[in-house]
Formats: sequence, structure tokens, C-alpha cells
Amino acid sequence: MSWLGVFSQLLEIVMALLLAPLLSGWINQWRAWLQNKSAPSVLQPYRMLHKLFNKESVLAEHASPLFRGAPYIVFGCMALASAIIPTLSTDLPLSPAADAIALVGLFAFARVFISLAAMDVGTSFGTLGARREMLIGFLAEPALLMVLFSASLISKSTSLTTIVETLAHRDLTIYPSLAFAGVAFIIVSLAENARVPVDNPATHLELTMIHEALILEYSGRHLALLEWGASLKLFAYSCIGLALFLPWGIAEAQAPLALLLAMPVLILKLAIGGALLAVLETVSAKMRIFRVPEFLATAFLLAVIGMLVHILVRG
Amino acid sequence: MNWVHLDWVLLVVAAWLLIGVAGVFALRRLTLVARVLFPAGGAFGLLLFGVALSSVMSSPEVAVLPIGLPSLPFHFRLDSLSAFFLMVIGSVSAGVSAFAAGYFRKGEGTPPGLLALEYHLFLASMALVVLADDAYAFMVMWETMALSSFFLVTANHRIVEIQRAGYLYLLIAHIGAISILLCFGVLQANTGDYTFASMRVQALSPFWASVAFLLALFGFGAKAGIVPLHVWLPEAHPAAPSPVSALMSGVMLKTAIYGVLRVFFDLLHTTVWWWGLLLLAVGLTTALFGVVFAAVQVDMKRLLAYSSIENIGLLFAGIGLTVLFSAFGMQPMAALALTAVLYHVASHAFFKSLLFVGTGAVLHATGERNLGKLGGLIRTMPWVAWVTLVAVLASAGLPPLGGFVSEWLLLQSFLFSSGLPSSFLDMLIPVFAALIALIAALAGYTMVKFFGVIFLGQPREEKLARARDAGGWERIGMAWLVGGCLALGLFPVQFIALIDPVTRVLVGAGLGETVNDSGWLLVPVAIERASYGPAIFLLGVAASFALAFLLVRLLYHGRLRRAAPWDCGYRWQNARMQDTAEGFGQPIRQIFEPFFRMERELPTPFDAEPRYRVSVADHFWHWLYVPLGRAVERLASLIGLLQQGRIAVYLLYSFVTLIAVLVVVKQ
Repeated sequence: MSWLGVFSQLLEIVMALLLAPLLSGWINQWRAWLQNKSAPSVLQPYRMLHKLFNKESVLAEHASPLFRGAPYIVFGCMALASAIIPTLSTDLPLSPAADAIALVGLFAFARVFISLAAMDVGTSFGTLGARREMLIGFLAEPALLMVLFSASLISKSTSLTTIVETLAHRDLTIYPSLAFAGVAFIIVSLAENARVPVDNPATHLELTMIHEALILEYSGRHLALLEWGASLKLFAYSCIGLALFLPWGIAEAQAPLALLLAMPVLILKLAIGGALLAVLETVSAKMRIFRVPEFLATAFLLAVIGMLVHILVRG
Repeated sequence: MNWVHLDWVLLVVAAWLLIGVAGVFALRRLTLVARVLFPAGGAFGLLLFGVALSSVMSSPEVAVLPIGLPSLPFHFRLDSLSAFFLMVIGSVSAGVSAFAAGYFRKGEGTPPGLLALEYHLFLASMALVVLADDAYAFMVMWETMALSSFFLVTANHRIVEIQRAGYLYLLIAHIGAISILLCFGVLQANTGDYTFASMRVQALSPFWASVAFLLALFGFGAKAGIVPLHVWLPEAHPAAPSPVSALMSGVMLKTAIYGVLRVFFDLLHTTVWWWGLLLLAVGLTTALFGVVFAAVQVDMKRLLAYSSIENIGLLFAGIGLTVLFSAFGMQPMAALALTAVLYHVASHAFFKSLLFVGTGAVLHATGERNLGKLGGLIRTMPWVAWVTLVAVLASAGLPPLGGFVSEWLLLQSFLFSSGLPSSFLDMLIPVFAALIALIAALAGYTMVKFFGVIFLGQPREEKLARARDAGGWERIGMAWLVGGCLALGLFPVQFIALIDPVTRVLVGAGLGETVNDSGWLLVPVAIERASYGPAIFLLGVAASFALAFLLVRLLYHGRLRRAAPWDCGYRWQNARMQDTAEGFGQPIRQIFEPFFRMERELPTPFDAEPRYRVSVADHFWHWLYVPLGRAVERLASLIGLLQQGRIAVYLLYSFVTLIAVLVVVKQ
């Protein structure tokens, strides 16, 4: 473990925590532009968080400690996830603690807690949201795992840093398995981050809401943590996507200069990715909730086909 | 006196038997049975755990006891594999016995003293099953185990459903036992010597080895509950008292896994690759079937029974992978898969017994097993709820608990299986891995439903507000089990080092060296390939939890106000408006429709009393068991024609038989 490693680890966590709301603000701005509306400031999510943290928290009378603890757990999981994923550098001291499978497990852990918390108060919308979240989860989770497996078959490793290093060093050959995995990954991340066409992050009080139904009973600092956690999750997913499919520019061990360069490269990639996400959300319509399992099953099958293609091409 | 480990184990067995006998003398004295006998049994369970723990690393010990038939003494042998399973039996039974001390009440069918006898006989026979070193001792103990557990299942024998469940269990247990007996018949290879030592040195032809394999798979599969022999599990578990379900699901099913491992890797000692493929197919079918059915159940113990079927399926799939690898001579990979299997054996034993005793506590406090009538118990029974939450997380395969470690190891062995000689198998393996991932995610869905509907939300019945938390003994038992779940989750390196001698005995390789080199990180092969550090993982989440909490308090404030739930401003909500267990299962019913035999009754708009009814049944019951049962009945009625009830006819039969025998003897 080098000092540079510790430094890049800390830098990564702080950057994720600070930039995640900015990414959400950036996407919202683009959405507004594309829909011909006047856009809110890109700093709007920060103001929102500040406001929520200042407000007092209103808790349902019979809410249990599980309900109060869940926002912190979700936030903690997402912070840890963004620490594990190599975004700036592959020299991360925390990274050996969790590989790709454990990363998926970490997301599942957060999902289980937020669903349980939504069931805790016992309102009609909360339990509904919990059921839908778990429904999406049980299809998206294996699909994400298969996407990561496609990459780990190439690098013969499930360690995220090894995967990224291998992929960053390849010459410009195209892996057909990664093409399948890429499409699957886009579908999974849309579903997991409650974006159109699976869920609509901009609306509230819709019968088809998923993410909003889960956090309906939260207010004040709890809500702020959950919103921050959600933007961290989006940030983390974007970083996984970048690390798997566009890993160029990432710093490797013992290269302080590369670390300096890696930051602007990452921000540039995220900015372009965010704008593309906004375009994707604007041109697609929200789908009926009964269609979502099919949509996600497609992603799952695509990812499995990706793995099979890898084996076919190699063998 | 110089006692070896085996003597200590036999001492524990003898003590259990004595405790059982003492129960007969204290037949109806509940306080004595509950406060003295069960805790004493638990203490001996702890002793067994300690002895087994110290004997995993040591060399095999044998003993011959001159009991039973004159020329057929019982052979016992304690090797690493037996020691590992004894460890599971001892540690889990210690917790369950402590729980049982507070569980059994007055006036439930079988008197408490008799229950203590059956219970300790059950424990003793399980311990002897894994010690047995000849087919005769094995079958005697196997049958004792089946019978004692049958009597335990039918503790409330006045209820008709329980009688039926017990009968079904006994029937399938015996069909399985016949198959195991035949398997031993094949394994002794016409030598007439039924000791395992003799079976180990026999070299069977591939055909006979495969016959033995199939018989063992059927026989032990019936006990473990692989599809289509699973039907007894969801019937027997709800019928049995909760500590008994905990033991049956947590420990007894594992004796079947022990039998499979013993026969496949020790007695047969040659493996054919298609066995592995068959095991994988059977295991994954069972697992998927189990988890899909678990997700739609509305009875909490039935749900757990199906979840046990799922876990057994995963174990069989892992064994299949081990067989596949060792058939192709890939010993390190086989060791990885086998480590995953053994790890899952231990972690499933702990979390499933904990879940079952948790349902027992709920059942006692509320008298309800139906998920539709529970809810909100985290407020009245916080102790049980939090402890069960740990088991739920372990069962859902979430880090940093034990269920995740075994799943992680299993996925690792799937992922790095490339290099199998047949490209067809190479293609199949990722598909299997995808199925495992799907099953694990579905298990998470099921467990959220289980915990959320029982413990969270608003109470669906008024009486739930008066539910009381578990008592002292029950808490001790649950605390021990939860400690096991946590330890298995957080110390995988130490536990895998413990498993190492077992995998060395069975497949000739182990993970001990690679794992021990890496300190706190779990590294099965090499650090660049994969690593997992549950302690760091937990520390990371806990640290960010604490930091977030402190920073929010310091920078902002901690003000809080309690108010009525908001729910979009709807004021007239009640407990009935929550999602029910049926509602939670609905998406699964829809997506996996072909799995179920569903009957729906939808009301028309003109019904005066509209009723919606849906029943979910098992295809296997309808298409396999019912026709089979009818065929057996028809056959029996044909045979019944012989029974005329007149003495002259029977004399005629005897006469004819005599003539026939004479003819045969003459030739």
C-alpha cells in the first residue's frame, strides 16, 4: 500500500461525494434543454440537499429504528461502492476488499434495506414500491453480474482493478462479447437508477412510481441522504460503465502525473455520458410496469449471450 | 485414561441417549424436561462441537463396538469429513436445544418427556450416521434418524394434516432408504463385506459405478429434497414444532449431503464427467424450483421449507461442479467448488435453523403461521426481529454474511472453470453461472417478503399488539445461532483453513495454503484474480454510516418530529391496505407461470359477494404423485384379490407354495 494509493483512494471518495449531485444536476439541465424548458441551475441538487438537511425530520409514529437507520446504510453502501470502483486510479487500497461480485452484493444490500424500510411504516405506497424495487432488483442484479462476468472472462479476474487494467491496455480490437454486455449494461443501469423508460425520476405521485414510492415517507435529513445516495448510485454506475467500456485515461500505480490527468478525462467522459443519458431519456417513453420484467430479461439474456460469444470466439 | 476424539464423541452420544431415557422417567414434568434435560443436551452439543473442531485436523480414528447382531459389530470411523459434519451437528444443536428449553409448552400432543427422548435420539442418530463405517451401522442409524424425526414431526399427532404430513415424510424417507441400501449392495461388489473400508478398495466397472451413483443420488436426494422428491419438505416443516424444523432443515438435510460426499468421493473414488453434469442439472432445477415456490408461499414455515429446497439445490449443483472438475483431473478447481459446498453446508445450517426458531418464537407469541395475519412485530418483538434480520440477510446471500461467502466461492469456481476439455461443457458453465446468479437474486426477493411481511408494516390483526418477545432460553439459543452466522460471514479465511483437510481427503487438494497467506483477505486463487474482505467491507459501511451520522449532527441538527404516516396525504389508511404476502408473490407468479399449477377464480361485476381465489399447486404432485398413488392402489387391490378371508383358501396357498418350493429345491 503506497501513500499515493491512499491519496488516490481518498481523492476518489471525496470526488464521488462532491461530484455526484453535480452529475444529476447536469443531466437535469440537459433534459430541460432538450424538452425546450428553461433549465434549473446545474447546482440545484446541492441547494436541494442543503435545504433538506436544514429541515427537521418528520417520522411516522410507529416507524422502527430500521426505518431511521436505512438512509445511513444506503448512503454508506453507495459511498463504499464509489470507493471500490476504479475511476481515477487502479491503485486503490480498498479495492481488494470487494471484487465485482461483492460490488453487486453491495448494491443488493442497499436495495434490501431501502425496501425493508419502505415496508416498515406499512403504507400502501411504501409496500408497493418495495415490491417493485425488489422485482427490478432480482432481474437487474444477475444481469449486472453477467455484464461484469463478460469483462472478467476477458481479464480472467473478478478483481475490478485487474479488469480495468487489462481492458485499458488492450489494443483497439473490439470484443464482441463486450458489445452485448454494453447493451445489457445500459438497460440495467437505466432500471437500477430509476430512469425513463423504467421509472421517471422527475415525477412524483404517479401510480407507476418505483423509487419515489420507496422514499415517500422520508423527509429532512433522511431524505437528503437518500437523494444523495441515489445520485451517488448513478455516479457509481456511470463509473462502472466507463471503467468497463471506456477505461482509457485512468491512472495506474505509481504515476502521480497520470492521476492529475485522469480527473479532467473522467469529468469529460461523465459530462458526455450524462448528456447522452438525457437524450436517451427524452426520446423514449416510459413503459408499462408489466413490461419491465421483459425489458430486464432481455438485458439478462444479452449478457449471457455475451459470455457465450466470448467463449465461442476464443475457443 | 487416554481418550481419543472418537471416545469423546461416543461419550456425547451416550449422554444424549441417557438424557432421552431420563425424559421417559419425567414424562409429564415440563419444568424438569425444559430446564434441565434440554439445556444439558445443548451443553453436550457444545462439547461435541469442541471435540469435532479439534479432530478436523487430526488423522482418522476407528472403533468397533460389539453391539447389534453377533457377527456384525458396528464400525465407527472419525475422519475429517465426519468431524466437519459433527461440528455442524454439535454447534447448531447446541443453539436449537437452548431454544427448545424455552419453546415446548404444556398440552401439545406428545408429552414433553417423550419429546425429549425422541429429540435426543434424533441427535444421537445423526451423530452416529456420520460416524458409521459400515453399511449395517449406517442403515440402522439412518433409519433411527428417520423414525425419531417422524415422531418429532407428528408431535401434535391429533391434527389430521400433521398425520398426513408425517406419513408422507416416512414414505419418502423409506423409499430413499431402500435405494441407499441397494447402493451399498452394489458398492460391496460381491465380496459380502459391507464395511466401508472394504468398499473403498473395490474397483467397480464404470457401469456398476454409475448404477451406484444413481442409486445414491436417488436415495440421498429423497432425504435432501431434490426435485421431484421434494414434496415431503413443505408438508413436514409446517407440521413439526419449530426447533424440530430447525434441526431437520439445518442439520438432517446435511446428513444427506454427507452421504452424497461419502459415497461419491470416498467410497466410489472414481468419477465420470456426466455425473457432474447430471448433478448440476438436478441441483439447479431444484434450486430454481425451490426459490420460485418460496416466493409465492403464504405460510411462513412452508416458505422456509421451499427455501431449504433451494439451498439443497445449490449444494447439489456445487457437488456436481466438484465431480466435473475431479473427473477431468482439475483438483484445485474441484477443491474450490467443494469448499463452496462445505461452506454453504455450515452457513445454511446456521441461518436456516435461526430462521426456523425465529418463526417458532413468532408462532408462540401470536399463534399465527399465516403471513396474511402477521405484521409489525418489530415493535412488539424487537429482539426476535433483529436476530431474524441477520439470518434473513445471510439467507439472501448478502455481504458481509456467511451466505454470500459460499455463493461467492461457487461463482468463482464457475467463472474460472475455463479449460474444461469439452467445448460443449465450456459453453454450458456460464449458463449455469447465470442461473445461480438469478437464484441468488430471487432468494433476496423471497427473504425481503418474509421479513417485511412478518416484522414490518402495521399489524394485520389486533392480537398482534399483545405479542410478547422471546423468553430467556429462547434468546440464548438464538444468540448462539446469530453468533455463528456472523462468525461465518466475517471470518471466512479461518473457516476455510479449517475445511482444508476435508477437501484434501475428498479431492486431494485444498485452499488452505493460498488462503492462509493473504491474512484478512479471502483469496482463493491469487490476489489479481479475486479477493474479498468481509471485515474491511463491514468496516467500510459502518465507518461511512457513522461519519454520515456524525457530520449531519454536527453541521446541521438532529431535530425529529413524530407524526401520522403521510402516504400521499391519504388519511383513512389501515393495515389492510398494505401489500399482502400474496401481493408480494404476484409478480413471481406471473413471470414464472409455467412453474405453477394455478387455479384462479375471478369474480364477475355482478356478484353480490365477490370473491377472488387463487391456489398455487405443484405440477409434480398432480402429474407424478397422484397417478403413482393411484397405480399403487390399483396394484394393491389386485393383490387384495388374494385375500379371501377363508381359512381353506389360505391353506391352499400354503400348499401350492410348498409344492413350488419342493420343485425348486428338487432341481
